[in-house]
Amino acid sequence: MSSDDPVVRLRGVTKAYGPVTALEDVDLDLLPGEVHCLAGENGAGKSTLIKVLTGAVARDRGEYQVAGRALGSRPSPVETRDAGIGVVYQELSLLPDLSVLDNLTMGRFPRRLFGIVDRGAQRRAAQDHLDRVGLGDLDLTQPVRALPTATRQLVEIARVLGTEAKLVIFDEPTTALSEREAAALLDRVGALRDAGHTVLYVTHRLEEMFEVGDRVTVLRDGRVVATRPVAEYDHDSLIQAMVGRPVQNLYPGVRHEIGPPRLEVRGLRIAGFAAPVDLTVGRGEIVGLAGLLGAGRSEIVRAVFGADPVQGGQVKVDGVRVPAGSPRAAARHGVALVTEDRKESGLLLQLSIEANVSIASLGQVSSGSVLRGSRERRHVEQAVGGLRLKYGSFGDPVTSLSGGNQQKVLLARWLATGAKVLLLDEPTKGVDVGAKADIYQAIAEMARNGLAVLVVSSYLPELLGLCDRIVVVREREIVGELPAAEATEEKILRLTSPPTSAADLSAPMPAQAPLESR
Amino acid sequence: MTLDKNATPASGQPTEPATGQPTGPATDESAATNGEPAAGGQPGTAAEKEVLGLGALLGRGFGGLPVLVLLVLGLSLATDTFLTGTNLDNLGRQVSIYAIIAIGQLLVILTAGIDLSVGSVVGLSGVIAAKAVFDTAGSGPVLLAVVLALLVGAAVGLLNGVLVAILKMPPFIVTLGTLGMARGLTLLYTDGRTIQPLPRSFTQIAGGEFLGVANLIWLTVLIALLVGFGLRRTIWGRYIYAVGSNPESARLTGVPVNAVLLSVYALSGMLAALGGILLASRLGNGVPTAGTGYELQAIAACVIGGASLFGARGSALGALVGALIVGLLNNGGTLLGIDPFWLQVAIGALILVAVGVDQLQGRRLVRRGA
Repeated sequence: MSSDDPVVRLRGVTKAYGPVTALEDVDLDLLPGEVHCLAGENGAGKSTLIKVLTGAVARDRGEYQVAGRALGSRPSPVETRDAGIGVVYQELSLLPDLSVLDNLTMGRFPRRLFGIVDRGAQRRAAQDHLDRVGLGDLDLTQPVRALPTATRQLVEIARVLGTEAKLVIFDEPTTALSEREAAALLDRVGALRDAGHTVLYVTHRLEEMFEVGDRVTVLRDGRVVATRPVAEYDHDSLIQAMVGRPVQNLYPGVRHEIGPPRLEVRGLRIAGFAAPVDLTVGRGEIVGLAGLLGAGRSEIVRAVFGADPVQGGQVKVDGVRVPAGSPRAAARHGVALVTEDRKESGLLLQLSIEANVSIASLGQVSSGSVLRGSRERRHVEQAVGGLRLKYGSFGDPVTSLSGGNQQKVLLARWLATGAKVLLLDEPTKGVDVGAKADIYQAIAEMARNGLAVLVVSSYLPELLGLCDRIVVVREREIVGELPAAEATEEKILRLTSPPTSAADLSAPMPAQAPLESR
Repeated sequence: MTLDKNATPASGQPTEPATGQPTGPATDESAATNGEPAAGGQPGTAAEKEVLGLGALLGRGFGGLPVLVLLVLGLSLATDTFLTGTNLDNLGRQVSIYAIIAIGQLLVILTAGIDLSVGSVVGLSGVIAAKAVFDTAGSGPVLLAVVLALLVGAAVGLLNGVLVAILKMPPFIVTLGTLGMARGLTLLYTDGRTIQPLPRSFTQIAGGEFLGVANLIWLTVLIALLVGFGLRRTIWGRYIYAVGSNPESARLTGVPVNAVLLSVYALSGMLAALGGILLASRLGNGVPTAGTGYELQAIAACVIGGASLFGARGSALGALVGALIVGLLNNGGTLLGIDPFWLQVAIGALILVAVGVDQLQGRRLVRRGA
């Protein structure tokens, strides 16, 4: 680490939303050529801190300097960009219908007289940016929509580097990436540091901080708890610093008896799959679906639930055949699906917490079709019990909850139906550590009560910690199965990755690697 | 709607009724302010209240009720003629037809749709009912004519519903199409001529009274209560809000999204048809151009009454109050001798204010969520 002046310096930065203090007296120094991680639970103030840095929100108090130059009290996003702050967002900010070329130069088109875009200069600039992230041979005219997520992310990084950023902020960059793509991205982050850029890296995945971070700042309830070299922490002590109390093992641990088959999938023909899918999950069993992003894991659980049409085959629950292609029929037969994207296909954002929990089981709280308010309340209380949901009142909008608690609402929704089979697609995506542990406990508890659980996750430690058995999907085909006792991250990776590169997993990934999985 | 609250079985929970009604933060918070403050220590509660302050001021979340009360008070003080039996009866009759159509429109708006065809359906159903009683010269059963017209309205609505739900066409375009078709068919059917005179047995539907109050008013109150109950206290109602909130989430939860959509469009068509029958009955003739522009009046009433065109927000009471506010502005303007052209400007501005307040409220909630 260098002893130069910090690239970014914050002193006593405070930001409140109404009566809620999101940041209090935050000091932060980001040194040249370091990867600085930001750790903290949801709601600890990480997002607000990033927003203050980018000018998306104005700080209430405190100083903000970039390379020794003080920024005004309400810097605009354009000012911070010009000062050298670049962000790679969690939700990618590229415009999907425009070409790679236009996206890379958006807002900074090289212009000739009368505002006519200089295509030649534009192309040269874009090519230059792409070379820096190892995407030199990407077709510039393609619309961004056509690119795999990991490649889009690299394009986004290229765009940020193109602004001559002094500081590159990564906000949960690996959430949407598979294990392998994430590894490639981390290499890229390391390369940025080596090239002298300063990186502020925000992630929920602690492993990544240990892998790529030089120093870490831990936030809790809007305050800086500590800023230290990453090496001074280990996994447990870092969690303890974030949560403020020691956390026992995240994963539920001891497993128990697995009963007879509860979910049986026989010869299910899913669009785009070469071979029909067969799967069995027993009573009380938790089965994980591992694979790269786009390998077809989500498609499998969606097909089982009837969310997308299938071309043949059958799904049975406790030996009873579930009519294909109808989520309503699946729900009635005791199948439940919690999708990957809470906001797009899970929550009813305008409705209350209570209405969100009870929506799948209204038949149980009504006489005829007339709802019984007090019965609904008891029903919801019962479903939520044991999930450690943090809420004000059941009548509050579901959007008042944090990501982890929203996920618990979705679990409660299906618990309330008395589901027999639970399909979970990335159940802890965007969920903080404390809530994660609660969700794992809840899943294990449901399994103990006899549910058959099928979990899709890109986060291997989660699958290893939670599952009895791991089924591996590669290129839209089930390619293997590992009992929990024998599974290791390495074995799973060997199965998930295409055979060509499986030979040498330990070598650094070439940046172009994600393209192969297209 | 207030009746519903009282009818809720007592459970010792003052906030109970509000939670049964998924109309979003403002209503829930309002209940909390009436009773005890919402569970303390929860971050955001106070911020919401602050947001509510602005909303409550303009009557959002209460479905415009405070604005209505203010208008009534103001007009009562400003004129001698407002609070007279004749004027109120007249006002009630004028507003009723709009209100019935607005309540149908509200159902569609709650699913994040829109029904532009209601004005044309008013015309079509009016002439169908008028023609049926005219041809039989009043000797035929009036009930049959009414049922026939209602079925035609429901059929147009069902067509809208099929195109929206099953063929996934955008509601705006679908109902713009049926708006043109229904109006054209009305003109073809009547050759563009007014059907009159209509027998007394038919004009009595709208003209008659019960217990000294016009049938029209009774009917409107009954429909508002029924739809209000349906929305707040039945599974069907909850499903409507769910579909309006996020159709994909609703589908993946087992909500029969298509059936819900079909039901709301069919009901909107049927309530528009009822409006058309009542209008023909009130006017005593079947005018082929009747109902022109009513769709916009209905949408305005819903929006002023607190509905969001993005779906999942609004109530039957709100639509009724919205229709009353528009009616009161027109009525009061006439009583006060205000230029009707300026009244149009005022009503237009009111819509912008109503939606503007919603936007502000939404933005503040989003910021709080960040």
